[in-house]
Amino acid sequence: MIYLDLLFGFLRVGCFAFGGAYGAIPLIRDVVLSYGWMTDEALTYMIAISESTPGPIMVNLATYVGSSQGGLLGAIIATLAVVLPSFIIILLVMACLKNALKNKYIQAVLRGLKPCIIGIIFATGVFMTVNHAIADTRAGIIAIVLAAIMFGSKPVLKKKISPILLILLSACMGMVVYGV
Amino acid sequence: MSILFELFLIFAKIGLFTFGGGYAMLSLIENNCVEKKKWITHDEMMNVTVIAESTPGPIAINCATFVGFKQAGLLGALIATFGMVFPSFVIIYTVSMFLDNFLEITLIANAFKGIKVAVGILVLDAAITMIRKMHRRVLPKVIMLCSFAAMLLINIFAWDFSSIALMLVAAAISLAIFCVKGKPGQEGGAEK
Repeated sequence: MIYLDLLFGFLRVGCFAFGGAYGAIPLIRDVVLSYGWMTDEALTYMIAISESTPGPIMVNLATYVGSSQGGLLGAIIATLAVVLPSFIIILLVMACLKNALKNKYIQAVLRGLKPCIIGIIFATGVFMTVNHAIADTRAGIIAIVLAAIMFGSKPVLKKKISPILLILLSACMGMVVYGV
Repeated sequence: MSILFELFLIFAKIGLFTFGGGYAMLSLIENNCVEKKKWITHDEMMNVTVIAESTPGPIAINCATFVGFKQAGLLGALIATFGMVFPSFVIIYTVSMFLDNFLEITLIANAFKGIKVAVGILVLDAAITMIRKMHRRVLPKVIMLCSFAAMLLINIFAWDFSSIALMLVAAAISLAIFCVKGKPGQEGGAEK
């Protein structure tokens, strides 16, 4: 049943999404692609929209996937599922486990988790970028220009370009490059 | 004004006006909850940020739950978290109903073909920023590179091995190494 799948899929995301929204993107890709809910392309659109609308990106993505698969009820279930684990964990930490996070064994686990998550995010970024860039020549051109802007903005302008600005730029480039 | 209503309003405001996810929200939460309302102190805010980084889930939700619970117990935590989620839920739900229609317009479909490329680069940039901030020790680097290689292979060959399984393996290896060689105070003391 789709509602149960959404519930368990996003509970899994909520339980393991360390390191903010970017840590959640590989997990959400896993869940969405393994259930066959949508294509990689549709999911990428959703990530862009979640990034460009207000609110926590992870929550936005959950609402979006839930709504696309199960309407309003699906959206509510997926959103609750992604929020519930962190809600409960924070309450537990505050109420009775104040020192649990300082426990040396938990620290050892976290020391393993954090670099692993960074590696996973890195691999996802490389895969998504290359995968899109080699799809066709025009996407390749856009990828090269955007990468130059993203990674060149800091040394040149002393300030990193904001994600929303990069998305707006890429939208304009898409309209121009694919329009002609 | 009742504290519950106030919690809802403040967090709904934060949820409605911050773009770019959790880290962008932290400064707004600090501004509202520490400076204006004095619901929590600056030190507590730092604490909750550290806790948020060591626990899963959206960082903004962790903060909302923390502040809500401190002000008004379990009900406060529920209301603050609900306030945080509510505006973006309404916005995303509305957008999700119309996106497919929008994508039938050629101009917008073209725009999204460009946007698709940007998303990959944003993820890549987030990873590079995190790698730069990593500890300069060998073990984290090795774990990072191994998970990078493993995840890349999983993606390329579409293997049925979830990233969660990969995370559990990394956690187990780190724990095993700690148990075998890490005498109390040694490994833990070096980390600061």
